[in-house]
Amino acid sequence: MRPLFLIAAKEVRDGLRNRWVLAVTALLALFALTLAFLGAAPTGTVKTGALAVTVVSLSSLSIFLLPLIALLLAFDAIVGEWERGTLGLLLAYPVARWQVVLGKFVGHVGILAFATALGYGAAGAAVALTSDGGEWDGFALLVASSVLLGAAFVAIGYVISTLVRDRASAAGLAIGVWLVFVLIYDMALLGVLVADQGRSIGAGVVNWLLLLNPADAYRMLNLAGTPDVRLFSGMAGLAGDVRLSPGALATALALWVVGPLAAAIVIFQRRQI
Amino acid sequence: MTPRSIVLDRVSKSFGRQVAVAEVDLTLGPGECVGLVGHNGAGKSTLIKLMLGLLHPSGGRVSVLGENPTGGGGARMRRQIGYLPENVALYPALTGIETMAFYAALKGESVVRARELLDRVGLPADAANRAVGTYSKGMRQRLALAQAMLGRPRVMLLDEPTSGLDPALRQSFYAILRTLRADGATVLLSSHALAELEGEVDRIVVMNQGRKLADGDLSTLRRLAGITPRLRARLAATAPASASAALAGWLPVAGGMLECSCAEEDIVARLRDLPEAVAAVEILRPSLDEVYAAFLRRPDGAA
Repeated sequence: MRPLFLIAAKEVRDGLRNRWVLAVTALLALFALTLAFLGAAPTGTVKTGALAVTVVSLSSLSIFLLPLIALLLAFDAIVGEWERGTLGLLLAYPVARWQVVLGKFVGHVGILAFATALGYGAAGAAVALTSDGGEWDGFALLVASSVLLGAAFVAIGYVISTLVRDRASAAGLAIGVWLVFVLIYDMALLGVLVADQGRSIGAGVVNWLLLLNPADAYRMLNLAGTPDVRLFSGMAGLAGDVRLSPGALATALALWVVGPLAAAIVIFQRRQI
Repeated sequence: MTPRSIVLDRVSKSFGRQVAVAEVDLTLGPGECVGLVGHNGAGKSTLIKLMLGLLHPSGGRVSVLGENPTGGGGARMRRQIGYLPENVALYPALTGIETMAFYAALKGESVVRARELLDRVGLPADAANRAVGTYSKGMRQRLALAQAMLGRPRVMLLDEPTSGLDPALRQSFYAILRTLRADGATVLLSSHALAELEGEVDRIVVMNQGRKLADGDLSTLRRLAGITPRLRARLAATAPASASAALAGWLPVAGGMLECSCAEEDIVARLRDLPEAVAAVEILRPSLDEVYAAFLRRPDGAA
């Protein structure tokens, strides 16, 4: 287990030294604070807590931003070391390949968790201080699920990084994956649903299709997560149709972490260095 | 029977249709120092990567310190191996001492020992605290050699360790190599600079196009290559005409010298029979470069 933590610690140190940690934390804090104040302003007398409003706007932001940051952190992990030539020497040490992948994963997710907790936490604290607060459950769920969403895309990034032979392809693929999961999938799904007019695709199928995209699982989890947030996000009326419990959604997200991570390890084991 | 450090048994490695290593047999005993020579692309680095378990063999069997490098015992084996990769790449953002501390921890070594090794390879103390990205080629190579010595390895695999080093650094590298051999480590080093291996290794393995052409000490290789030593003689200015007649069959070469080839076992007899008027004699043994060139000229490529 020792090599795993040594590699994780090295990733964190790299992240601190090349200012990744600082940049990501600052970026998330900036967006979160902006959204918190601009988004909370018009609520006025509406009977929802300011924090619930923040959760809704922050989760919409996270869906775009966190997968992108996670993929940028991860796409280089294996192929970058391979291309620069440091991978051969690392693997000539008593280190198992799964320890390299998991070590980097712990380091990268650690960076993401730190940046998310601090960046979003700053916004949450600011909102709580300037208003009468609201439900912290939803906010805690937002931070935790955001880290989980990031972890899923870090794992997907590793699959890309272990598959390709050069960094440029990895970067291209990472952007492609981001476009598919974050933009294209939903539009395509919407298009299909409109075309189908509810004839053959029932609510059950739609639920399953939403689980096949970690970004959608995350969205559902946060927008319908707690009663207060549900009310504000306009999902209250939908609650009857959505049969996916928060537990099922969280499980789907977790599977999106474990599955790609396992795939990356298997591919890496077979890779010729 | 003494245990073998490295055993390759008919090992082959192909990448797609390209054959990188073809049916190579090789055995290294403990404490042996073997030079692996060949052109770029001869299969030297592939052979070393097979020994490290970075590559899976397409055929044959690899055993290092009694373990299969790609098997479950691979990590245990690598704890006792030092590796200096070709075209050394290190993490540019880490300082020299951080690099050593990272690799030392992976091998379960102390940072104190890491500092000792930096002294031993002659990396200046101020450089050790600078980022590796700012290092010169020579400093990087020294640092890479230091990391290869972490954990008192029983087997050292050094891939082109002296390429890009100036002559002074080369000398200090071989001085360190001699101390490693004295400690009993098995050393395999690859090179295409043959001349500098003379006198530094016990045995030489010649590779070409993935095949092993020859394996033996230098005199065996010379014999196998079929190149005989040459004698050169210069006659004194006052030499009588009879002396020239005694050297009939010797061909004149530059510097007023005469030259003939002579089998190793005939050298002493030939020298004894030289006329008194000979003022100077030289024995020219084929260098490693000539031996290597001779092997490459052989059409069958077999030794």
